[in-house]
Amino acid sequence: MNHFIDLVGVTKTFGRKTVLSNINLYIDRNEFVTLLGPSGCGKTTTLRIIGGFEKPTAGALLFNGEDAISLPPNKRKVNTVFQKYALFPNMNVFDNIAFGLRLKKTDAKTIAEKVDAMLALVNLAGFQKRTIQSLSGGQQQRVAIARAVVNDPEVLLLDEPLGALDLKLRLEMQVELKNIQKELGITFVYVTHDQGEALSMSDTVVVMDAGQIQQIGKPEDIYNEPKNAFVAKFIGESNILEGIMHSDYHVEFAQVGFACIDKGFGPGEAVDVVVRPEDVAITPLEEGTLRGKVRHITFKGVHYEMRVEANGFAWKVHNTVQFPVGTEVGLSIAPHLIHVMKKSGEPGC
Amino acid sequence: MLKRIFVYPYILWMFLFIAAPLLIVLWFAITDTGADGQTVFTFYHVARFFRPAFAGEPFFQRLYIVVLTRSIWIAVLTTMVCFVLGYPLAYALAKFFGHRSILLFLFLVPLWMNFLLRTYAWMTILEQNGVLNALLSLVGLPTIDILFTDTAVVLGMVYNFLPFMVFPIYSVLKDMDNSVIEAAQDLGANRVQVFFRVVLPMSVPGIISGLTMVFMPSVTSFIIPNLLGGGQFILVGNLIEQQFMRVGDWHFGSAMSAILIALILLMMGFIKLIDRQPRNKDGPAEGVLY
Repeated sequence: MNHFIDLVGVTKTFGRKTVLSNINLYIDRNEFVTLLGPSGCGKTTTLRIIGGFEKPTAGALLFNGEDAISLPPNKRKVNTVFQKYALFPNMNVFDNIAFGLRLKKTDAKTIAEKVDAMLALVNLAGFQKRTIQSLSGGQQQRVAIARAVVNDPEVLLLDEPLGALDLKLRLEMQVELKNIQKELGITFVYVTHDQGEALSMSDTVVVMDAGQIQQIGKPEDIYNEPKNAFVAKFIGESNILEGIMHSDYHVEFAQVGFACIDKGFGPGEAVDVVVRPEDVAITPLEEGTLRGKVRHITFKGVHYEMRVEANGFAWKVHNTVQFPVGTEVGLSIAPHLIHVMKKSGEPGC
Repeated sequence: MLKRIFVYPYILWMFLFIAAPLLIVLWFAITDTGADGQTVFTFYHVARFFRPAFAGEPFFQRLYIVVLTRSIWIAVLTTMVCFVLGYPLAYALAKFFGHRSILLFLFLVPLWMNFLLRTYAWMTILEQNGVLNALLSLVGLPTIDILFTDTAVVLGMVYNFLPFMVFPIYSVLKDMDNSVIEAAQDLGANRVQVFFRVVLPMSVPGIISGLTMVFMPSVTSFIIPNLLGGGQFILVGNLIEQQFMRVGDWHFGSAMSAILIALILLMMGFIKLIDRQPRNKDGPAEGVLY
């Protein structure tokens, strides 16, 4: 059975610069897929290849198992919400949204009905006659979404659509976008560098860096089981240490041996160890696997973020109880909360 | 505020060299020297422009009206030719040579040469034993005699004023956000539809300034018709020049200038109206504001 969208060994070079190397990714119908990564990681290029604005240098792009590379953008059942909205400044809101329908020679009555329904969907009912220049960033964003969605695309591509909005509006729009996706049942391919956005909206997150896919998985898996130090560092906060795997279920880092649940590494293999700050437990001094001193404390709302210096490493520790600077504490980590991963070859990344 | 002081020299400049001369022209247009040497107000010279040479002469056959309509026609023709040549050129420059300024530079170079020299050069190209006819007879074609015709005048104007059409359109096209074009493609527009529904409407501001910047010098030009049109007073610019330089009737010359200025203002106002229409359609703010 064919996947809805399939990228097979997609590589893209601009001049001598390789932007994407050997991307393999499939997307299912009705899936909300997020391409997540720092700027320049190739996520937007991947989106542009799906949209038809770039041709891959090598590899294949398949829609329902059929080659799509030769299809120009206007022949693809894909619509895009552009980063800076790219609304037509010479048209009003109605004409912007009706653009695609008019090209398809839809009759005027149907167009009016569809545009009205779309504006209601994006909470802009009554905005038909407004000029683009008179709209706020958030409103323009909604028009851009309506303009794309009104054409009943099979796939909606969104290129950092919330990047220009302030935090409050962004959170609101995240919920709205997710609702629109569920309501319409279309596939969303969403590009962002905001890990929070990716985790809260997606069915599947694709973490990218340096033109390569680092990890594909459900948001929970990406967060709980990062595949390498880059993913761990990019998604959420973490303590990343260099360690040595002595044998199955036994790892040494910070000069102490720990029990863990990982196996399958060679004896004495150098590894990266990732521990989330909220997974470092603070214990009475004598009960801790590690002993250290609180160096710094910041109040973060729900929890306190502390820096505890222990065995030559400044541990990032989150706890709802505060321990004043200078307190000596014990630290312990449960075996299943220690993530051992193969060295990614870029320490300190 | 101290900063306002820096504006005054410009205001003075504008008054001395723009407002004052215009007022003087207007003054001469509506005055005359009376029999006793006194200045009197009169619309005689303005009316003279429209007056029939003999009783019952049809309006559009009256000499000055004929010259005026002829000037406008030649200016319109020049503007249209400039647009038809200039838009594709500006498009090509912006689209394909956006980063290579050498082409634009080459296009600019002739502008550095003196306007008169350039026009004289056209005379030597177009004259009976000129470059054009030499080339034509070289390839065995019959020679043509177009110097001192309307064609030569339009040719000279198009040559001289084409950059004024190309540059405003070029700069609008060059700064056009490419993602808007991609959005149109994304919504199903093919190349032709992208051009006519997005690129062309969005370049209207550039087109408008191009049209005005070509039309204005064309309708008032007198050097080009003098040199390439054979020196007869074929256009209104020549007519005005003659009144000032040869006849010495400053009142009638000024009256004609004033009429021409009024006509140009009227046309510009009309163009502005067309330009503004589609964008002013935003009705009252309906719906919820965020």
